[in-house]
Amino acid sequence: MRSPIVPIIGFLTGIIILAGYFVPSPVLEAIRTPMLDWAVILSGVAGLIAIFHLVFGVHGRRLRDPEKSHVFSFIVILVFMLTVAAGIFFGINHTGFQKVVTAIQMPMETSLMAVLAVTLAYSSLRLLQRQRNWMGFVFFIAVVLYLLVNSGIFALVTDITALRGLVAGISQAPLAGARGILIGVALGSLLTGIRILIGSDRPYNS
Amino acid sequence: MNSLEMNIGLILLIIITFTLFFFSIRQRRTGKAPSFRRITAISNFKRSIGMSIEDGTRIHVSLGNASLTQAVSASAFASLKILRKIGELSSNSDNPPVASSGDGALALLSQDTLHDVARETHTLELFQSENGHLAGPTPVTNVVGALQTIADPEVHTNVLIGNYGSEVGFLSTASQDKGALTIAASDSLTAQATFFATVEQTLIGEELFAVPAYLHNEPMQNASLRIQDMLRGLVVLVLLVGVILKLVYAL
Repeated sequence: MRSPIVPIIGFLTGIIILAGYFVPSPVLEAIRTPMLDWAVILSGVAGLIAIFHLVFGVHGRRLRDPEKSHVFSFIVILVFMLTVAAGIFFGINHTGFQKVVTAIQMPMETSLMAVLAVTLAYSSLRLLQRQRNWMGFVFFIAVVLYLLVNSGIFALVTDITALRGLVAGISQAPLAGARGILIGVALGSLLTGIRILIGSDRPYNS
Repeated sequence: MNSLEMNIGLILLIIITFTLFFFSIRQRRTGKAPSFRRITAISNFKRSIGMSIEDGTRIHVSLGNASLTQAVSASAFASLKILRKIGELSSNSDNPPVASSGDGALALLSQDTLHDVARETHTLELFQSENGHLAGPTPVTNVVGALQTIADPEVHTNVLIGNYGSEVGFLSTASQDKGALTIAASDSLTAQATFFATVEQTLIGEELFAVPAYLHNEPMQNASLRIQDMLRGLVVLVLLVGVILKLVYAL
């Protein structure tokens, strides 16, 4: 049988944090602020543990596995060790260290995003092959329409009052759709939060 | 927010919580589960889990980049619930599911979830800590790390559920190109648009939060989805009334 202690601690902590949000009380504030600070610190420690697990657990194991490719794992471990050693030796605020890290990481991430733009454009072209339904058709038409609207091609007709209103109205339509989706997501998030608060969903091993 | 808005929020929260308990207890007493509309992507998802168990292939669950200390953490908790169910359903398989994530705390929770499932289903001998791991600490490195898992020949199903940016297009495209069954859902608008353009089975908007109810059939999950639908209806009604009143006022 599962121990009820962990869910009870989770419930009480959640109630205190929530009460501190709704009821402006100095006592609740004094309890709430350090608790949130602890959460941030614990999250940071968890991040550190997960990184060490990734490097030495996942990639270390792949290096020992004769059936798997070793090149990528070897590079990950080597670069991680070098970065940690340089960070400890120079300090993380050292200008040269930061420059080296950003000079490698930033161009690589930017290049990947550039490749992504091409990949997504190609995938969008294949969209009608995959989604042979009215939703796919509407999505495709919407993509073409908003590409045209946002390209500024309709700037030529904005002198005509009726067309200006029409173009402005079309430009606003995605915002309405986005709000609709976001309202749904917010309601889902609210219910998920309540389920976790009352201990129905337990994302922890108790 | 002013105090009036705060009070309305608090009252709504209390009402929703009590309604949740009410529907949940009622289902427990009557034993009747409510029927929800059919979502093709979830039906295919269930089928693909069954096929994966039969074939002895592995399911990869990518949990996204959501930090647990931020507002977007709800999608991460929903994806953990889905991971648990996938783990339970595939407990007969020789290949337990593998979970990758872009946040340290989320990675540890995914490992914990898989360990808990292995303990409950008496399959601890199959559990490896690498089955729940951090793919990368930033959105792009997470994608690069998860690409390796997608490329694994044992993986035939990819479930991309959580908070992402447009970089998730790499994962969805790689999975589709490999011919693996791909199920995708996100709370982010950018990721949803990317998924719609690249994946066949996409869940839109709040459907991400509906998956646990469709997979679990637990009274609390069903009650939660029912209230979610009711609240959505209420919001639509309020918006429509607002529009009509504004029109009347303008005339």
